Amino acid sequence: MSFAEDHRETTKFPDPYSLPLEKLDVSDSGLFSAQEHWRYFERLRKEDPVHYCPDSEFGPYWSITKFKDIVAVDSNFKVFSSDKTIVIADPREGEDEFDTPMFIAMDPPRHDVQRKAVTPAVAPANLAKLEGLIRERVCKILDDLPVGEAFDWVDRVSIELTTQMLATLFDFPWEDRRKLTRWSDISTAGPDLVGTEYATMTEEDRRAELEECLAYFLMLWEERRGNGDGTDFISLLATNPDTKEMITNPYEILGNLILLIVGGNDTTRNSISGGLLALNQNPKEFEKLKANPALVPSMVSEIIRWVTPLAHMRRTALEDYEIGGKTIKKGDKVVMWYISGNRDDEEIDRPNEFIIDRDKARHHLSFGFGIHRCMGNRVGEMQLRILWEEILNRFDHVEVVGDAKRLDSNFVMGITEMPVVLHPKKA
Amino acid sequence: MATVTFIEGNGTEHTVTVDNGLSLMEAAVNNMVPGIDADCGGACACATCHVYVEPAWETKAGDKSDMEETMLDFAEGTQGNSRLACQIKISDELDGLVVRLPEAQF
Repeated sequence: MSFAEDHRETTKFPDPYSLPLEKLDVSDSGLFSAQEHWRYFERLRKEDPVHYCPDSEFGPYWSITKFKDIVAVDSNFKVFSSDKTIVIADPREGEDEFDTPMFIAMDPPRHDVQRKAVTPAVAPANLAKLEGLIRERVCKILDDLPVGEAFDWVDRVSIELTTQMLATLFDFPWEDRRKLTRWSDISTAGPDLVGTEYATMTEEDRRAELEECLAYFLMLWEERRGNGDGTDFISLLATNPDTKEMITNPYEILGNLILLIVGGNDTTRNSISGGLLALNQNPKEFEKLKANPALVPSMVSEIIRWVTPLAHMRRTALEDYEIGGKTIKKGDKVVMWYISGNRDDEEIDRPNEFIIDRDKARHHLSFGFGIHRCMGNRVGEMQLRILWEEILNRFDHVEVVGDAKRLDSNFVMGITEMPVVLHPKKA
Repeated sequence: MATVTFIEGNGTEHTVTVDNGLSLMEAAVNNMVPGIDADCGGACACATCHVYVEPAWETKAGDKSDMEETMLDFAEGTQGNSRLACQIKISDELDGLVVRLPEAQF
């Protein structure tokens, strides 16, 4: 009996093939932290790729599990709305009074002007200017790490690097930069984040911290609204004619800035951690990489596919729609499971294997498609590329020496802790 | 069958021969022309196959669909002659087509 089968028998999740199809509920957060979700999605892709779950913690919902169907839904913003929310959970109770609009959860035309206002910060031209700075910082982070003793890669590298990148894109006061990480974690906090301090946080405490976040941003907004040359997110929003009036609804500023923090935080952080884990689990790929560092860009795409840092995005149907022989009804909740589509063997060759030099490595769903496609995709890729280039310059191996602790979430595929030991290159 | 030329941002030219019915994006990808990412694989859903069609060829390259206009609207550095290469179908009429590539796809 293989380890995987052994493991499955000891968990609380039933074998997905033993359940009637209508009882398959892939929204249970525990499935993901236990890494038990893979076979659930495998069965859905094979037997019922557009699947209706009539009853779950989040109410009834459709699951879209095949690559091509996900692209079709994701690019059809006229039928599948992002208005109000883009995750499987509906806004929590009482959230109506604490409404923080953000453009990811808007439809055109409002979405378009707000997204376009902040895009220049993460467009290739601006990133090219930032590359040297990011490389210096990556080198410093790596050079400050302890050698020969175990430490937490997530805290020292994944969080630190992404936080520094965010601080740069916001032109945020450097010493306060970990506030950005905290606000990101708080804004995605909820009872499903078992094992973190955020699981038990009261709604009151959460709001109080987000109010502090807003006050901080408003101070920066005030300083920068006269600065037409600024290319940081805050200056861009505060000076763009289409968005500068956002100051009349500060919660919309908060919503959008939170979106940009979360978008640049969890995603790259978990790709950094998850990629290292994948290389440790696939030592032949690690050897392949060391033998040919020119594979870094292709490996970066493969890591992003492999990790799928955000497992899903949710839409709401604005009209009846036929797909995969099913009729989604107007008003239904529709969940596109990127994490499933990224393992669809009709679209990706040997999808359950981590292959750093695979053909068409960029062809994955992790950034989404259509008008809401990840705006920061090139920032994330750049950070991973530079990090791996500099790791290869210094270390023969970055060895994972203990279990990776995973977040209980059906949205963020998070690794919260992962002990490693560095093995420097021999001189 | 048509012969088409891609000119990179740095001026490097790539001339390739391509069968009718394929897309201009496939013409680039199948012939390893750099600078066309084509992340979505031709679904008009990502704008990473952005090209500038030389003015003489704009009409022959055909009209943009609403979706193509929408995706181009979110790309960087677009101009009136911007197109998504996955939405241009190769035919005899396009024999000799010349397109320029942006500095970077976004």
